[in-house]
Amino acid sequence: MNLLTRFKDGLQRTRTQTFSKIGAIFKSGKLDEDSIEELEDALLEADIGVSIVDDLIEKLKDEFANRKKDKNLSPAEILKSHLITILNNRHHTGTESCQVLTPNTTRFSHKPWVILLVGVNGSGKTTTAGKLAYYYGLQGKKSVIAACDTFRAAAVEQIEVWAQRGGARLVKQKSGADPASVAYDAYKSTQARSEDLLIVDTAGRLQSKRNLMEELGKVARVLRKHDPTAPHEVLLVIDATTGQNGLSQARGFTSVAGGTGLIITKLDGTARGGVVVPIQSELGLPVEFIGLGEGVDDLHPFDAKVFVNAIFEE
Amino acid sequence: MLEQLTDRFEKFVRNLRGQGKLTEKNVQDTVRQVRRIMLEADVSLPAAKAFVKTIQEKSLGQDVLKSITPGQQMVKIIHDELAAFLGGQAEPIRFGKSPSTILMVGLNGAGKTTTCAKLALHLKRSGRQPLLVAADTKRPAAIEQLVLLGKQLDIPVFTSDDKNPVRIAKDARKHAQKESLDCIIIDSAGRMHVDGELMDELKRLQSIANPPETLLVVDGMTGQDAVRSAKAFSERIDITGLILTKLDGDARGGAALSIRWITDKPIKFVGVGEKPADLDAFHPDRMAGRILGMGDIVSLVEKAQSTVDAEQAAKLAQKVAKQELTLEDFREQLIQLKNMGPIDSLLQMIPGMRGALKGMQVDESEFTGVTAIIDSMTVKERQIPRIIDGSRRRRIARGSGRSVQDVNRLLNQFDQMRKMLKRMGKRGGKMPLGLPGMPGLGGR
Repeated sequence: MNLLTRFKDGLQRTRTQTFSKIGAIFKSGKLDEDSIEELEDALLEADIGVSIVDDLIEKLKDEFANRKKDKNLSPAEILKSHLITILNNRHHTGTESCQVLTPNTTRFSHKPWVILLVGVNGSGKTTTAGKLAYYYGLQGKKSVIAACDTFRAAAVEQIEVWAQRGGARLVKQKSGADPASVAYDAYKSTQARSEDLLIVDTAGRLQSKRNLMEELGKVARVLRKHDPTAPHEVLLVIDATTGQNGLSQARGFTSVAGGTGLIITKLDGTARGGVVVPIQSELGLPVEFIGLGEGVDDLHPFDAKVFVNAIFEE
Repeated sequence: MLEQLTDRFEKFVRNLRGQGKLTEKNVQDTVRQVRRIMLEADVSLPAAKAFVKTIQEKSLGQDVLKSITPGQQMVKIIHDELAAFLGGQAEPIRFGKSPSTILMVGLNGAGKTTTCAKLALHLKRSGRQPLLVAADTKRPAAIEQLVLLGKQLDIPVFTSDDKNPVRIAKDARKHAQKESLDCIIIDSAGRMHVDGELMDELKRLQSIANPPETLLVVDGMTGQDAVRSAKAFSERIDITGLILTKLDGDARGGAALSIRWITDKPIKFVGVGEKPADLDAFHPDRMAGRILGMGDIVSLVEKAQSTVDAEQAAKLAQKVAKQELTLEDFREQLIQLKNMGPIDSLLQMIPGMRGALKGMQVDESEFTGVTAIIDSMTVKERQIPRIIDGSRRRRIARGSGRSVQDVNRLLNQFDQMRKMLKRMGKRGGKMPLGLPGMPGLGGR
């Protein structure tokens, strides 16, 4: 099943549950009070957030009134193109409080290439670690997963299963061990065996817990000791159902561990994951991957167009 | 918890109170502002619209405009409606005939397994004999996780090699009867509400387990999707209550309103931390007051009552009255306070503290530091702190791995606290438990 079909599937199911009656209005070329409200509602219900939605609607009104080139462009099309522009912007430099490390080098330009996975509890980091190993395994890369969630009960047993599914070697220590020390060991052995990719899975934590965030900072610093450019990617794993707190998550995690991008998980439900729009527009963190299910092959590179269409698709 | 939602309302209410006169236009603006605040706090759009509509109708209907204090009148309406939206009053867990079952359901990653353990501890503390049932046969190591949590809490966990949750539930019931355990908590696998097959399985599980209580566990950080998933779950199976998790972060918690509104089922508990004791009963009336910045002192006192050993407390009160408080007592108090849960969430229950606490981090590791300093003192030093001279201070600092300044600060603060208690003692006033100025706490 291709990506778009899956999205549509999810949306269809939503429709039958009769929440948003998004319909013909998106195809119509009119822009009146009713159609504005419907467009606005669709954006809000996708978790894009009030401020950005206000901006987008203002822009839409302006452009719609002044459009010259293409008289056939529908309001929905105008909105879509704005959203795609935001999501595809890779020229951000981040903000002062967030060290956004936009990767200016190509993937795997260092060996091992190090990906640090961070996020709140239950966002899907462990599952994603296994899927990432599988994804890059298909491209012939040898992966290692560092089991740095030494806190949660049975987290190591869980990642063991996912490492196996993803075809990755697992580096682990006892439950309760220092996560930075696991990361250190993992890097050394990955380098010694000259494997391509090190995926560092960390414990879920809420960004407001200062001590836990400092612990995460330490994991990043330990990796940097081996290779000053590591971790090469810091990916924040966000549950698609997350509301506006996603922005706070992005700010919190990037300020301690840096950040290069996002992974949205659980997009196979009815949530649209629209909070990535304000995150991208404020912090410049692009979405790299999306998770669409519980299978090991359910991780896909992000496509802004498909994603945006899903917000408006019938 | 619900911090930002509360913040926004506080600010807004202040403005509203300042208004001398409320015009029809003001009501419009107010209503629009309320809608915006709710959306920013992740209240789902249909729930926000419904709430706003009610506010608007009530404000216009109730002669608010003619009232002498229209701002306050309006605040009252918003408060009452919020309380009504969140549910009338606190609702306890429902039990049937023993062994009584609680079925826990929800989306993946909502926090079911952790919450099962928390709920089991809560029931154990209230005198029940719970059995945890590991029926999540889908997620890798979910069973191991529950077994480990059960071991930590000394609560039995039923596991089986069977992969079928329905059969597991049947066997678990027999096991509970045999062991004469009086309640069963079933941890089911996380599932997407759009997954027909898994939802059917859940329906079968429910019909076999026949639980008086089926609780939907919802991530407190959920946004607009909250109404969609909660509605889907409650349409497919019979939900009797809700638990909101991960509310110890800075999530705005609007999902509380959304799920309550769409399911019309009571929110019974909220998860407020990673420790097993971090589960609070949900009080809708208090929550509404809290959202509007009225504090939640009742929750705090209740919390203290359940955690603080009554006998110890009586002794302490005596000592305070006789002005014999020692560093030893102080240390005990600190430990008790720590047992009550995350400090910052405790402090926020005190009216007026919310504003003062804004942007301030309460560092719980400070507690460990203070305890370490006291531990490094001799018994005599703890009883008569004034004998601690310069060389003793240096020794204590070395012993506890803290600086001499830290030791000085602790001693000074302790001294002040004693003086304060002395004054309170003279006035004959009562001191609420665990609430004197605590050394070691405060912005850094």
